[in-house]
Amino acid sequence: MMQEKRSKKGALAGLLIAAVLLVLVVVLENAFPKVLPPTHILFTVLKKGAVYSLAAVSLNLLNGFTGLFSLGQAGFMLLGAYTYAILTVPTGVRDTVYYLYGGSAIKFSLQEVFGAVFGSSGVGGAVSLVLGVLLALILAGCVAAFFAWLIGLPVLRLKSDYLAIATLGFAEILRAIFQWQALGPITNGANMIKSFPTFSAFNIKSGGKVVLYLSTFVPFLVAILCIAIIILLINSSYGRAFKAIREDEIAAEAMGINLARHKMLSFCISAFFAGVAGALFAMFANNAQAMVYTSAMTYEILLIVVIGGIGSITGSVIATFLYVACSEWWLRFLDNGVTLNSQSKMAFNLGFALVVVLLAALILMYQRRKARRTESQNRSFASVAVILAASALLLWDIWFAISPQMQLPLLRNGFRMVVFSIVIMIVVLFFRRGLMGDRELTDLFKRQNKKEAVK
Amino acid sequence: MEFAISILLSGISVGGQYALIAIGYTLVYGILRLINFAHGGVFMVAGLMLIYLSASLPLYVALPLVLVLTVVLGFLIERVAYKPLRTAPRMSVMISAIGVSYLLQNTATYVTGGQPMNYPTLPFLSESIPIAGTLTKWVTIITPFLVLVLVVALTQLINHTKTGMAMRAVAKDFETSQLMGIKINNVISMTFIVGSFLAAVGSMLYFTNYPYITPTAGAMPGLKAFVAAVFGGIGSIPGAVIGAFLIGICENIVKALPFDGATTFVDAFTFALLIIILAVKPTGLFGEKATDKV
Repeated sequence: MMQEKRSKKGALAGLLIAAVLLVLVVVLENAFPKVLPPTHILFTVLKKGAVYSLAAVSLNLLNGFTGLFSLGQAGFMLLGAYTYAILTVPTGVRDTVYYLYGGSAIKFSLQEVFGAVFGSSGVGGAVSLVLGVLLALILAGCVAAFFAWLIGLPVLRLKSDYLAIATLGFAEILRAIFQWQALGPITNGANMIKSFPTFSAFNIKSGGKVVLYLSTFVPFLVAILCIAIIILLINSSYGRAFKAIREDEIAAEAMGINLARHKMLSFCISAFFAGVAGALFAMFANNAQAMVYTSAMTYEILLIVVIGGIGSITGSVIATFLYVACSEWWLRFLDNGVTLNSQSKMAFNLGFALVVVLLAALILMYQRRKARRTESQNRSFASVAVILAASALLLWDIWFAISPQMQLPLLRNGFRMVVFSIVIMIVVLFFRRGLMGDRELTDLFKRQNKKEAVK
Repeated sequence: MEFAISILLSGISVGGQYALIAIGYTLVYGILRLINFAHGGVFMVAGLMLIYLSASLPLYVALPLVLVLTVVLGFLIERVAYKPLRTAPRMSVMISAIGVSYLLQNTATYVTGGQPMNYPTLPFLSESIPIAGTLTKWVTIITPFLVLVLVVALTQLINHTKTGMAMRAVAKDFETSQLMGIKINNVISMTFIVGSFLAAVGSMLYFTNYPYITPTAGAMPGLKAFVAAVFGGIGSIPGAVIGAFLIGICENIVKALPFDGATTFVDAFTFALLIIILAVKPTGLFGEKATDKV
């Protein structure tokens, strides 16, 4: 009884948060055209964040909740992206998109099929666009899920890292097939498919002017819906079976869980949502191109999941937005050279020295504490290394202060990604449980409530 | 006929180069049960280092220096990224390996500015000779012999030295060998040193066939070498070598097949092979059958 009440409360809170988020996104995009024009980088981050968070959560369902270590996510996203793109390119522009292959083999687009029923302009046009895109998204997921089922038949019997490498292989095979010239009339070969409805197609226009921007609202809506379904699934008896498989396959089997069936189910559902995420990514990028969906993309999503905490949905979502914001926006400045004047140079030198000293002190303290706990012998070696590194950095700082150079060193194109990957390595090595571990945001509140109850 | 010979020759050559990388994978997997995703990155970095070093140093200094630096890189990667995770679940270590390969790739992009870098022509290796009517680079001829020599040396090291014995013991049982007084950290470091050394040699041979290196150049040969290691039975050195040669030859045959778009499918073919092997005989050609204990 108690449990039921709480979960109802949780569902209500979740709905409320989702609604607030959606309203907030619409307001943000429309209310401040001066301060935050719709072309602001914030909206790019929000859109990409929404798309990637769905991809990350779908990977987390597999890796974090079922314990199947799969690296095929980019392949399923590719399937979704292409399905969506192929089904929604308007017939009018198909010939220009597929000009290398003398037109497309598929002669319809979903929104126009609906347009024939509801009318293609005004409210009818909007309805048929929404229905067409919705159907295309669902089909994108279904195609990905179907291929996941096919792939799952042979590979799901494999254990941990073999499974990882097999799914990675499948993603690469898919990428090769979609670039095959012989399939050109359908997939446009190695060229991109474009001109299909993207997020900005949902902006409500009147008389050539946009009245209401909904281009950020749409990915948010789809992502929130999908993530909500995943959460419901995880809290259902299927979800409990998945977690049981993650904890101990043999014990789960002994408790009467059909391993093959549940693994396949988890794999297909994860692929379904990855397919939807892929379709959304195609909408975000304005094109679908097989070249983009490499294993590097899977790694990116996997690293997001790890940063957020394997087995935490809210962790994945938060980590996605942090990751996207850092890589697209906050760390951008690292890619451009900075020329200082004498004042800012002094400030930089002082700040740098301070940071180095503080960091070194922190690490030394941490090491001493750890050494005391484990009584390990090589703490002196590590401490010496830290002190040496810190003094080298300080020496460089002094040299830089004296030298007449005004340009900040190292800052040029590509430095952002180096810093970024170092940060990721630090997270992987020292904060192994990620931001949230396997807890959810709601767990944090719950614990507080419990503490209050004890008082 | 001439065509067939040239395909076979380049297949053997590429296979030999994969073999040198595959040994690194197979050694590390045998001991740590870790797919070292960073290995392809190390391979690529070795190529880049040769480019930068040969620009300022004569080749007879640059080549050995590249070998030494690559070994140091492999050693450092193990110490910094894998050693702290020794007690962590295997998945964490694998993620750490992915992180390292991401870091290596991004650093390479930063240093090169994302531009393809011209690989220096190595004297002798890059020169061509006519064999059976086709011009062939010396590197194609040399590779299989060099691989053979290195593999024989390696098996000697593993079968007849104390370090090799320790390596075999650690591969068999991690904890028991620790109890027997084997310093496993040294053994693991040694494994990475050997693996990186072979990857450096492999990169010199491999990139001689290509005009330039990009920061992602290591990923594909790395993955293929891993497939080779799985094919031969992961953990087995002769298996890795034979698997690599087979994959190299098959790949070149696929590339030459007379149907439209065969080159697109070279990579896909390797992975299809991987999946077939995993589905039919997961232990590979020479792998030991491991039974899971409950």
